[in-house]
Amino acid sequence: MIDPLALDIAHLFAGGLVLVSVMLLYQDRMTGLINTFALHALVVSLSVAWQAFIQHAPHLYITAAIALVIKAVVIPFALHRMVVRLGIHRTIEPVVSIGLTMLAAIGLIALSIMVMLPITAQAGTLAREDLSFALSVILLGLLMMISRRNAVSQVIGFMSIENGLILAATGAKGMPLVVEISVAFSILVALIVIGIFLFRIRERFETVDIHLLHEHRGEQP
Amino acid sequence: MILDALVQLCQMMVVLAFAPLLAGYVRKVKALLVGRQGPPILQPYRDLLRLLRKEVVLAHSASWVFRATPYLVFAATWVGAALVPTFATGLLFSYAADMIAIVALLGSARFMLALAGLDVGTSFGGIGSSREMMIASLAEPAMLMVVFTLSLLAGSTQLSSIAAYLQGPDVGLRVSLALALVALVMVAIAENARIPVDNPATHLELTMVHEAMILEYSGRHLALIEAASFVKLLLYVSVIGCVFAPWGIAAAGEGFAAYLTGLAFYLAKLAVAGLLLAVFETSIAKMRVFRVSDFLGAALMLGVLATLLRFVSRLT
Repeated sequence: MIDPLALDIAHLFAGGLVLVSVMLLYQDRMTGLINTFALHALVVSLSVAWQAFIQHAPHLYITAAIALVIKAVVIPFALHRMVVRLGIHRTIEPVVSIGLTMLAAIGLIALSIMVMLPITAQAGTLAREDLSFALSVILLGLLMMISRRNAVSQVIGFMSIENGLILAATGAKGMPLVVEISVAFSILVALIVIGIFLFRIRERFETVDIHLLHEHRGEQP
Repeated sequence: MILDALVQLCQMMVVLAFAPLLAGYVRKVKALLVGRQGPPILQPYRDLLRLLRKEVVLAHSASWVFRATPYLVFAATWVGAALVPTFATGLLFSYAADMIAIVALLGSARFMLALAGLDVGTSFGGIGSSREMMIASLAEPAMLMVVFTLSLLAGSTQLSSIAAYLQGPDVGLRVSLALALVALVMVAIAENARIPVDNPATHLELTMVHEAMILEYSGRHLALIEAASFVKLLLYVSVIGCVFAPWGIAAAGEGFAAYLTGLAFYLAKLAVAGLLLAVFETSIAKMRVFRVSDFLGAALMLGVLATLLRFVSRLT
């Protein structure tokens, strides 16, 4: 049985990750959003490192380091440069108001806890907590992707989903390192591709509001 | 039983005696932080005494609601403050009323104040009442969520039991408690009309909330309302102190020395809390009235999140 204090600290980090996910939804400036995303990655790397320590799984330290270097430093830096070059560092265009998004976020967290706790009744306490928190983070990332019009916010939502996946994987006794490294690098490649794509969108439509894309395809806005 | 009653009496006197001191202390520290000398720490007492001696000027349109409100507001706030363990738990009143009752007492005090703001029929009173109600409609649910989190953790809604539980060894490190603390601090700032939400030192009509409601009051009525607002600040500081820093609170029947230590700890807590409040208030700018709903919505969200995360943590 794991020491209660160790469990509490793991719980603190995982709960903190959910909180930072909600903070991502609360941001109304692009710069703040990117900084909060860096915090998100930092919390996930701390959480993974702590789990490596209490599960005695050294390879998880590498996962934590990858999360720290790539997602807490490199990607936020690249995104900062990108939004400044695109000239959108002041604006965020939410589809519905922030208050409504918050209510939806609370509902999603409650949903994931209510779904995950009965399913994982057989599993250990740590895995139970991590799975329910990870599902919340993933759902909040999806909410972020559908509740923002701006393509950069959607990219950040996408990456916060990936952080949730890492949390789920470490809770379930870790994932193979090869998988982890390939996921991390595919995220990086995705960022580059999305970055190029963003500039292409802007060149063509002079905005990164993806609603214009819908109109271009002939859909109703 | 008699001892309990004595402790309760002491508690009520302590709350009343130190509330203006805390307000004066916060004002003094704020003045010092911005490089002014500031009024002496005892100034709130002098203000209250001066107001008590002055005659009451009533508007022609004022009804009995306007005259009764100061007494009701002060009584409700004082009873609420008497329920919070400041230096000793096991208070006589705490068997009669719990934390939810404190929220209800403060809620009824605010209701009366809002009615009085509307009663005279000036535009300022109306604007103040409407803004106060907007703030309350978000701050009260947030406060209740904090209460629910604490009660779920401690298995009781009584502040004495919660404080006793949190002093115990099996609390551990809980993310719910951290979220509840942040939510409670945000609610306390909004409820006491402190700076990011309202400025307690201004009479600028565009920004004031609390001051707008009580603009028509004078004399002893104003003194009572001012005293009630001092007591309310002390109440919130005491709740935060007794729940999140429960060290040094004397248990029931521990003897005179323990009570004195408890009082010393309590004063130290007040000093630290007042300092933190003053530093926070000088380092932040007041927000627009329409952003207050976002601020308190975040507090409500934190409270709900704290309650939800409580269900995921280990159940001991």
